[in-house]
Order: sequence, then C-alpha cells, then structure tokens
Amino acid sequence: MANEQINPYLDGWSPLFGRLTWDWIPYHEPILVATFAGVVVAGLIVVALMTKYRLWAPLWNDWVISIDHKKIGIMYMVLAFVMFVRGFADAIMMRAQQAMAAGGAAGYLPPHHFDQVFTAHGVIMIFFVAMAFITGIMNFVMPAQIGARDVAFPFLNNFSFWMTVCGAILVNLSLFVGEFGRVGWLAFPPLSENQFSYGPGVDYYLWSLNLAGIGTTLSGINMVTTILKMRAPGMGMFQMPVFTWTALCANVLIVAAFPVLTATLTMLTLDRYIGTHFFTNDLGGNAMMYINLIWVWGHPEVYILILPMFGVFSEITSTFSGKPLFGYKTMVWATISIMVLSFVVWLHHFFTMGSGANVNTFFGIATMIIAVPTGVKIFNWLFTMYKGNIRFEVPMLWTIGFIITFTIGGMTGVMLAIPPVDFQLHNTLFLIAHFHNVIIGGVVFGTYAAVYFWWPKAFGFKLMDKWGRRSFWLWFTGFYFAFMPLYALGLMGVTRRMNSYMDTGWQIYFIVAAFGAVLIALGIACTFWGMFVSILHRKELACGPDPWNARTLEWAMSSPPAPYNFPETIHVRGLDEFWRMKQEGFKWSGHYHDIHMPKSTTAGVLIAAAATVFGFAMIWYIWWLAIVSFVAILAIAIGNTFNYNRDYYIPAKEVAETEAKGAAV
Amino acid sequence: MSTTQMTQGGAAVAPAHGDDHAHHESPTPLGFWIYLMSDCLIFGTLFATYAVLGYNYAGGPSPKDLFEPGFVAIETALLLLSSVTFGMAMLRAVKSDMKGTILWLVLSGLLAVGFVAMELYEFRHLIHIGAGPTRSGFLSAFFLLVGTHGLHVTVGCIWLITLMIQLGQRGFCEANMRRLNALSVFWHFLDLIWIGVFSFVYLVRLV
Amino acid sequence: MLKLPKLLLMLPVAALLAGCQYDVLVPKGWVAAQERDLFVISTLIMCIVIVPVLIMAVYFPWKYRASRQDKSDYDPNFEHSTKIELVVWGVPIAIIVALGWFVYEYTHKLDPYRPLPAEVAQGKPVEVEAVSLDWKWLFIYPEYGVASVNEMVIPANRPINMKLTSSTVMSTFVVPSLSGMIYTMTGMQTKLHIVADHQGTYPGRAAHYNGPGFTGMTFDTIATDDAGFDAWIAKAKASGKALDTESYMSLEKPSMRDPVGYYASVEPDLFNRIVNMCVEPGKTCMAETMMQDRMGGGGLDGIKDKSKLEYDDARGVDGFGNALPTPPAPLAHLLSGGHGAAGEEEGQTHGE
Repeated sequence: MANEQINPYLDGWSPLFGRLTWDWIPYHEPILVATFAGVVVAGLIVVALMTKYRLWAPLWNDWVISIDHKKIGIMYMVLAFVMFVRGFADAIMMRAQQAMAAGGAAGYLPPHHFDQVFTAHGVIMIFFVAMAFITGIMNFVMPAQIGARDVAFPFLNNFSFWMTVCGAILVNLSLFVGEFGRVGWLAFPPLSENQFSYGPGVDYYLWSLNLAGIGTTLSGINMVTTILKMRAPGMGMFQMPVFTWTALCANVLIVAAFPVLTATLTMLTLDRYIGTHFFTNDLGGNAMMYINLIWVWGHPEVYILILPMFGVFSEITSTFSGKPLFGYKTMVWATISIMVLSFVVWLHHFFTMGSGANVNTFFGIATMIIAVPTGVKIFNWLFTMYKGNIRFEVPMLWTIGFIITFTIGGMTGVMLAIPPVDFQLHNTLFLIAHFHNVIIGGVVFGTYAAVYFWWPKAFGFKLMDKWGRRSFWLWFTGFYFAFMPLYALGLMGVTRRMNSYMDTGWQIYFIVAAFGAVLIALGIACTFWGMFVSILHRKELACGPDPWNARTLEWAMSSPPAPYNFPETIHVRGLDEFWRMKQEGFKWSGHYHDIHMPKSTTAGVLIAAAATVFGFAMIWYIWWLAIVSFVAILAIAIGNTFNYNRDYYIPAKEVAETEAKGAAV
Repeated sequence: MSTTQMTQGGAAVAPAHGDDHAHHESPTPLGFWIYLMSDCLIFGTLFATYAVLGYNYAGGPSPKDLFEPGFVAIETALLLLSSVTFGMAMLRAVKSDMKGTILWLVLSGLLAVGFVAMELYEFRHLIHIGAGPTRSGFLSAFFLLVGTHGLHVTVGCIWLITLMIQLGQRGFCEANMRRLNALSVFWHFLDLIWIGVFSFVYLVRLV
Repeated sequence: MLKLPKLLLMLPVAALLAGCQYDVLVPKGWVAAQERDLFVISTLIMCIVIVPVLIMAVYFPWKYRASRQDKSDYDPNFEHSTKIELVVWGVPIAIIVALGWFVYEYTHKLDPYRPLPAEVAQGKPVEVEAVSLDWKWLFIYPEYGVASVNEMVIPANRPINMKLTSSTVMSTFVVPSLSGMIYTMTGMQTKLHIVADHQGTYPGRAAHYNGPGFTGMTFDTIATDDAGFDAWIAKAKASGKALDTESYMSLEKPSMRDPVGYYASVEPDLFNRIVNMCVEPGKTCMAETMMQDRMGGGGLDGIKDKSKLEYDDARGVDGFGNALPTPPAPLAHLLSGGHGAAGEEEGQTHGE
C-alpha cells in the first residue's frame, strides 16, 4: 500500500467481511500485481496440465491423504522449496533496494513495503523453509534408518504436514490480501501490539505461526516416540545411526521449546484481540518478558535446525570417505550436550538490554561453551576423512563447503557471544552475516547435500552430476560475495533493516552483496534445472538401491522404496548394520509374511483446511466465519475418532511380487 | 511394525497374521506422555508469566480483594473428587463392567462440569465488577492460566462424552481401552496442574 | 601486548578502503576502543583453532581423495583414537577458558551502567538524558536546563553519563565510534557511560527496528572542546523555546526526519515523568502505582482508576507512521466488565 491516498487503516468493520475492505487489496502496487498475475498464470498452467494428464485423483489419493512417511517427507521438501523461492525473492528485493538507496536515493521500495519484506523473509526462511526442510529430511530418512515401516503415529504425521501448509498459505495470502507484519521476524512488543502495528499484518504473523506451530509440536512428539519405540529389534540407543541421534535431540528440543512459543504468541494474540496486558507498556504489562520467552524458544530453535544437519553431514562424510564415522560416541555426547546447553544461553540475544555484568558474563560463557562440542564435531568430520578414500560426489562437495563456511560462522558466533563485542555488533549487519553464515552454511548446504544424497533412494535415479556441481560452486562463491561485505559493513556500524542510507561509501559493499545474491539465484536455478533434466533423463540415471555404497539401513530398501519399506524385519547387531549386511552378502530371504499397514485418511487435510479458514477469519475479524470454521474443526476431529477402520494388510504374495520387480531394476 | 496396536480398533483381538513386527507394543502411551510433557511446558510458561506479572495490580485489586478461599476449596474438591471417580471407572473397565464404568464416568464428567461451571461463575463475577483480564497484568496472567486449565477440562469433558458413546458402540475393544487409559492420564494430569494453580495462584497469595 | 595485534588488524583495514569509516575498528572513544581490543584479542585467540581447521578442511579431502595413486594409507576401520579425542576436546576447552577470562574481565569493566574510570575521562561529568521518540531523539541536559532534538553535543575527554528511556516502543541508542549500543524502553530507564577521546562529528542512530520512521532516526554526536560545548549550550538557551508538558506532548507525536531543534529551558523532572509515563496531565506516575502495588494494590476501589494508567492507546500509529486513533482490541468490550454479562465466558473461550 504505497499509495497513502488510500489508507486502509482508517476503514471500519462490517459484520459480513470484518475489517476486510477493497482498500486492503494492493491493486495499485505494480510489484504485487505482477507477482499475482505470475502466480495466477503459473497456477492455471499447472491446473490445466494436471487435468490433461488426469493427475487430480492420484494427487489426492497417493499424496494429499497419504500417511506414508516417505511421501510426507517429500511433500515437506516440495513445500520448503516453494517457500524458499518466495523467501529468496524477498532477499533479492532487499539486496536490490539497499544496493540502490544510497546518499538520499529512495530506491524502489517504500518503507511500508520494505519493512514487510524483511519481516516476511525471516519468518518464511525459518518457519517454512528451514523447519520444513529438516522435518522433510527427518520424515523421509529417520524411520527407514531405524528399520521401521512408518512413524509411530502416521495420521498425526499427515496432519502435522497440512498444518504447516496452513501456516504457509496464510503467510502467502498476506501478499495479496492485506499486508504482512512490519515488526521483524520475532515481532517484539510493544511494537507488535495493536496500538503500534494496527492492521492485519501482525495478525497474519501470529495466526500462521501458531497454527503451523501446532503441526511442528505434534510432529516432534511423533518423531521422538518413533525413535524411542519403533527401532528394529536389536538396535539399542548406541546402535542408532548418528542422523537418528541428531533427529532425536532436535525433536526433543521441538517438544520442549515449541510449547513456549505457542504460549508466548498466544499471549500477544490476546493482547491484540481482547486487550490484555501481558506485554503492553501500561497497566502492568512487561515487554521484556516477551523477549525472554521468545528467545527461550528461539535459541533452541536454531539448534533444532542445525542438529539434524550435523547428522546429515555425518552420514555423508562417512559414506564418501569409505570409513565409519570417527568418534561415534563423542558425536552422540556432543549432540546431547548441545541439546541441553541450548536452553541456558537465550539471554545472549539481548546483552544490550541492560542486564547486569554478572548475568551477561554467565550467558556469554555458557554460549561459548557450546562452541566446544560443536568444534569437536567439526574435528570428528575431519578425522573421518583422515586416512579415508574420499569420493567427491556432489553431497561431499556440499559437506566440505559446509565445514569451511560453518567454521567461519562459528568463529563470528563466538565473537558475538562476548558481551562487550556484542554491544558493538548487535543489530548490525555483522550479526546478519553471522547467522546467514551458519544457517546457509549449515542448514541450506545440509539440505542440498541431503537432497543430492537421498534423491536416488526416493526416486530410483541420481541427480545429474553436472548441474549439481554448478549449483554448488555458484552457491558457495555467491555466499561469500553476498555475506562477506555484510561483515565489513557491520564493522562500520551499519544497522540492519534500513531501507536507505546517506553514506555513499557503503554502497559498493551493498552492490557486491547484491552480486552475490545473483550468483546464489543462479545456483538455485541450476538446482531446479538439474532436477528437471534429471527427471527427463531418469532412464539413463537409474541406479540400484545403494548407489553410494552407504552404511545405514535406509539403503537396504529398494529405490524407490515400497510402501512397507522393508519386506521383512531386520535384526540389528551394531552400528552401520547395512555395511555389515553387505559384507555378509545380504539378500532378503524371500519368505514374506503379510504386512500390516495404516490406511490413508482425509481428516488431516480437512482439519487443516478448516484451520486455514479459521485463521483467515480471525485475522480479518470475521467472527461468524471464525465460529463456523472452529465448529467444523471440532466436528471433523471428533468425527474422525469414530473411524476404527484404519489399517489393512499387504498380502505376502504382493510383497513378493513387489520385491521381485524391485530387484529387476 | 506396531501398526497392529496402533490404529486398529474394530476387532478386539488382532488376527493372527504372521506380522513380523508384532513384538512392538503400542507407542500410544509413550506418545501421549510426551504430549503431556509438552502441555506441561505450556503451563510452565503460564506459571512463569503469572510469577512475573502476578504482582502488577496496576493500582487495581489484588488476590486478597478478589478470591474467596471457600469457593476455590469447593472447586478444588470437585476436581479432585472427579479424579477419584475416574479411578473407580478405570477399575470397573479393567473388569469389563460396562455399566459400572459408564456410571463412574458420568459421575466424573458431572463433577468436572461442576468445576468448569464454578470457574465460569467466578470469571463472570470478576468481569462484572470490572476486574476482567484487561484491568491489569496480574489479572491477564490469572485469567490466562486458570482459563487455559479450564479449557483443558472442557476439552476433557468433550472427549469423555465422545468416548462414552464409543464405549457404548464398540465395548472394551483394545482401541477404546487405549483411549480410556489416555483420557485417565489426561484427567489426573489436569488435577496435578490444578494443584499447582490452587497453591500458587490462590493459596500462597491469600496467606 | 596489544600493539602487534592492533597493527596487524589496522593494515588490511587501512588498505581495504580508504574512503570508508570502519567505526567499530577505528574508535574515537575509550569504551569503543576497549570493545575493539576485545574483538581483536578474541579473533586472534580463536585463530589458534580456526586456522588449522580451515587448513585441514581443504588438505584432508585433497590428501585422501579416492583418485590418489598410493592408497596404502587408506584405513577403512580407523574410527577411534584417544589421543586425537583428547586434543579435539582439550584445545577448544583451553580456548574457551582463555576467552572466558577475557569475557569476565571486560564485561565487568565495560558494563554500560558503570561510571568510567578516572584515568580515561577527566573533568566534571556531563549528564545527558536521552529519549527515543517516534521517530527522533530528544537529548535533555538537566544541569544546563536545555534540550535538543536529533543532535547531541558533548565536550571531548569528559565523562558523559547517560540515562535513557523511550516514549512508545523499544529503540536502541548507538554511536559506534564512541561505544556499543544500549536499548531504550518505555517505562524503564537504562544507562550508558561514554567519552569521546577526540573532537569530531560521529554519526549515531536508532539501531533496533522501531516502526515506519526507523531508517531516518539518526543524529549527529558532536564532540567539541569545553568552549565549544559552552557555546552550544548558549545557542540552545538563545532558541527561546521551552520544553514543557505541552510542547513535549506535541513533540512526542509521531513524525519523521525532523530537523535539529533546541529548547532553551526544560521543565524540571521531565525525564523522570517520561520514564514514569505521566507527562500527560491526569496520569498517575508508574513509580507511584508500583509503590501502591507493593502495598497490596488499589483494592476494589482501584478498579475505576484504570484510565489514569492507560498510555499506549493514545499513542497508536498506522502503517505509514501517522498518528491513528487506534480502535481498541476488537473483543475487549466482552471482557472489560461493567456492561452486559452475557457471552462473556464465550469470549474468553474463543480468546484462548
């Protein structure tokens, strides 16, 4: 809403549409209109193609209502990549704006729009990209790694996914209906209170995160239960692959941290809707409490993101070095200590808010202590490569890129953990460079490594090497071009979230950073193009179930895996069980039993759809619709419990046929 | 895998298929406990909020002006008693005594409804005299903590009604027993939380 | 001890860009200089482990590549070595212990609440009270009875003792050349102690995003000699405008990119009333309320005093930064009491 002539904030409320009026539709914003047109055209093409090839029924039956952990995992990855494009578009917009808006120039984004862009970028990248990536990878890989047929609660898994989609839909809806928050990704009050951020923006933020957060919490409970209860016989805790360990720790963190987020966001919601005084300036509110609570969630959150990636890199390093992981036990204990420590460092996010020297010292040192187990992990990967036989396949490239990048990011992280240094660097672009350094270097590189590593398992063919390498090198160099200038700018005292600046000396740095972002864009394009041509050439790229000569159980499944994962139970004797099975000339016995499987269900997607409507209605104060959709949620949820017919058997004969087919590939 | 126990309901006894994963027991109890832990953390956050804001009266009333010990004691008694009756229901259920089970469950439900009704009466009274959640930080924290507990009890009641219908339809099948067990744990959990609420929100602040 | 590291760091910095001002690395005040030193020390200490890791991260993959000629050093079962484990735990721990000591020392020494040591700043301290308003900075000089907007003038080499607060949302005060940042928060007071070692003009700004006017919320800090400072005070005195309740209330209204302005006089105790959110006539000061709360609150009689404590509602802004008579929270009427009791419980349930 760049046009101040139209001021939707002054519009009133009507019973039918709440506060939603035409003024909230940004038809006078060329950027948004063009985006909308693009989305509509692309959407119509997809719809037309789906109809032409009669894909609607398969989409619904095989994917939307599927409770298969592998398919849900893949759907999470698709969601994450789609949101990644959205979040990256925001990044490019910011880079372009800051490259232009020097010395009094206004750039092309007015503050009202720019502030939404940086808020949306942070929210999307953390909640709907990074979280979706790790959940997707854990979903696909973890149950298979422990020799299970599915997760503990397959229906919940499907429901969790659709709740995440519900949040993602609301965030994207804010682009074309109304606005998004202009409060930064953590929405600190009092700025995020109704008085200082009136309008639907912060409400989009709150409802999308809280609805998606329900999905995340349930998914965490599901995964923890799966790991504790569903392991193949013989697999003790210390026979679990490292990735499963990291998934366990990450999900324990989810279960422990996300309830705090839910409670905190709920309090802010109540402040905004019914006028309570949790975080207001007046009448006994306490904004500092929000900042403490949000970081009590927020700091574990970054470990939720990075721990599973540590697992991914562990599996990849050991596979491509042709060696077991160096120091498995150390790795596990390092992961556990990071998990515990992550709850005692939250205050380092606000050293500058006037806590005393003793408090700052405590949290500073506690933060630096986390660097020890993390450093140990880096050494363990290095010594896994040591005396190895290293194949530079694409996943391994990402891993080496990660070790280098993450080490640098870790070093700047320790600097920021030192309170007096943080006094200077907090809220500057140095901080921005640091956390992109660890999140891109860790989570994004990890995701790419994981995608190239497990793609053959999911689809039965490898991704084309050439495009993978191009993507890596563009990303790797692009990252350094994009973020090293930000470190420099931070040392000049340049603050984050500025839409323009007077000092023209800074501009060259912003231009270099924008160039880096363009390289990254090309890297992303190479990945997508690589996927596209690989799918076209899938016949030539087809590979067996174990293309990398890997070590863990998921590689014992056929590629792509059958719904039941393993035709018979595996009895685990130790670490790297699949490696041992291969040494002993592994083959399935061929005497199969009927396999008991859960049935697909529509309840998950229906509840999530109703929840999306509910969220939308609450955001726009459309009370009648909120009540209707809330009743619908209850009705579907209760109705679903009357369905006792939730499982079926795959006959032994069918298992044998499937396996015979799989062997033929 | 444990899908055997996990999802089926209709047949009380799983057919003797040679399911090679049958050694797993149901993950539901563990999963439900983990859920309760996460719920516990929500309450933990709300307790912490109450600890921080609980003395911010903003020149308005304090617990001593608002809470009546006798009233809260009766409320507490109702809830604790419903835990006892739920325990009786479980004892009958183990013996597959449908009539006894339903009877005790109905009694538990009525006690819980009584509790919720008393709580709503208290809320209504407070709001009526102007001591609603918008008056001060203390009252915001109070209404949220106590209200969230009340909401849980309400959900428990809805669950109870649903489950009684299902018991009537399908009897003590394995799925229903699992659900009954989960609800029982949930019921006692809410009792435990209430003891915290009763102590920290009411008792300590009235002394 | 610090000579060499400083030199080492200065070289590339000087070479990097002559045109750019690395405020953090080339500080102009003792506090910022100490912070820079700690930055350099910690970087160098960490390089003890970071540099070898980076070397190994490149060397190991190259050395043990699968395409090498001689694979006699391939050990497919090498997965444990107590010696290596000791080193990989021991070295990081040693580094963290060393850094931890520096953290303790410097965090206490550079605590923003702590007055500066006598050896780094001489002379009588100057008190400055800073208020972040939507979206400009107000600086009150209580000893001189003057105030300025968007310009802070200080005498070089003398200690500056700052008290800070905010009128609506959180902001952060920072002048990177002189010291690190400190938050300003409504209803709270933070402190900062700084000194300028050299005369000059140092840019300062709000460093925490605080709404539509954030980008333009900058000010210059001018460090001058004592004579220059006195002249500036005189200039402010000559401006003729008074900062009293009325003019503060109008200054407080949201506005962006305001020019530098001066006030010849300041109502006594104004800063205190800003901190206590009771500049506006008819409002009860927060300190008073807190005292009353400590004594057990205002009782049932106090319920009606709510409006004397309301603050935020009168200060709403819309998304463009204009003052907005904010509609109250949409469902507040259900729970505020006094009127019709029906549907109240329902409102509560929905709110959860």
